[in-house]
Amino acid sequence: MTDMDTYYNPADLDKFGEIGKDAPDLARKFFDYYGAVFADGALTVREKALVALGVAHAVQCPYCIDAYTRSCLENGSNLEEMTETVHVANAIRGGASLVHGVQMRKIAEKISL
Amino acid sequence: MPEELRKKIIEAGIEPFEQTLIRNELALTRDRTHTLQVNVGLVCDLSCRHCHLEAGPARAEIMTGETMDAVVGYASRVRFDTIDITGGAPELVPGIATLLQRLAPLTGKLIVRTNLVALEREEARGLMQLYHDLRVTIAASLPSTNASQADSQRGSGVWEKSLDVLRKLNGLGYGVPGSGLELDLVANPAGAFLPAEQIQAENKYKRDLQKSGIVFSSLFAFANMPLGRFRGWLERSGNLEGYLHTLAGRFNPAVVCGLMCRSLISVSWDGYLYDCDFNQAAGLNHGAVRRHVSEMMAIPEIGTPIATGDHCYACTAGSGFT
Repeated sequence: MTDMDTYYNPADLDKFGEIGKDAPDLARKFFDYYGAVFADGALTVREKALVALGVAHAVQCPYCIDAYTRSCLENGSNLEEMTETVHVANAIRGGASLVHGVQMRKIAEKISL
Repeated sequence: MPEELRKKIIEAGIEPFEQTLIRNELALTRDRTHTLQVNVGLVCDLSCRHCHLEAGPARAEIMTGETMDAVVGYASRVRFDTIDITGGAPELVPGIATLLQRLAPLTGKLIVRTNLVALEREEARGLMQLYHDLRVTIAASLPSTNASQADSQRGSGVWEKSLDVLRKLNGLGYGVPGSGLELDLVANPAGAFLPAEQIQAENKYKRDLQKSGIVFSSLFAFANMPLGRFRGWLERSGNLEGYLHTLAGRFNPAVVCGLMCRSLISVSWDGYLYDCDFNQAAGLNHGAVRRHVSEMMAIPEIGTPIATGDHCYACTAGSGFT
């Protein structure tokens, strides 16, 4: 299998830094910001990794799911907490769809007898 | 065995451990030895999937009374600040109670490691009370505060039994602030990933176990060694190369000076000397010669080189094995 046989290759995660080629200033600003976001702050590194895991599922990014599953485990979260986090992402994604049902009902009401 | 791991390291394009030390202008040599670690046998009632010594119920390697005499002799000739008894499951080794009674007066701190569930076995009857009476420090393995992760490493049902034993130890005063009875937990990750930073992990364990009414003194979080049964699992699961990259990629030169092997001498079940318990599994003798504890008249000299292999990356990753 060649490198291009699949859009998502786990080994490509390690090549993220190469995104700086041809636009190094923008990449540096992004990675500096990224590092600052995930540093210990009002939220712990462990809590931030759980948030990132939830968002990774919401945006369905395989690289992010891989990276933040490992990060959560290495920061001491357990599978119960990580699974609950995915449910939170799922609830918001599902809820976001469902709450738009209000729009559907309003429109239907407006154009119905 | 170290040769096989070296082959994998080279295939994975990872720098051998010794070269990493040289590139960082570091040498791994002995400091003052203050701890005697004694592995009393490989027999264990569990067959944990991360065990670097591949301990288990079928292992027959157990320290004899004669070797125990030699260990006591060494501890009498040399005053060790700490004596650390490990296994296998020390509880299952005949003569363990007498060995502890003989060693306790010879050291400032006597530690016994336990998988917890072995303390409930018939062979271990009376040991908890003996530990209490000798003021032994207990170092108990608990890989996770999650039942499924703990059981996946140690075996089905081990989590619940472990909690029961922890409650009994708490009942004796172990881990209770002010009791002077130290109950430490040892956490190895339940997989091919590094442990959480120690203080962070300790705080979380305390919070989680508090919900089950359990208290303890301190938590020590260590990376799994790519040796023995864990190494086999890494290979079969396709995780070996990635794990070796993780360990080598997190090499932390700052922890080398504080590594445990610099101040500890390890005795195997048959009485031979190693720089650490992991080197027992790797077959790397202390001082590059096969020397018996009965021959030891003093502590190893400061500056003596420590035998190393690529598994040493597991002790130098992140916060390190200090």
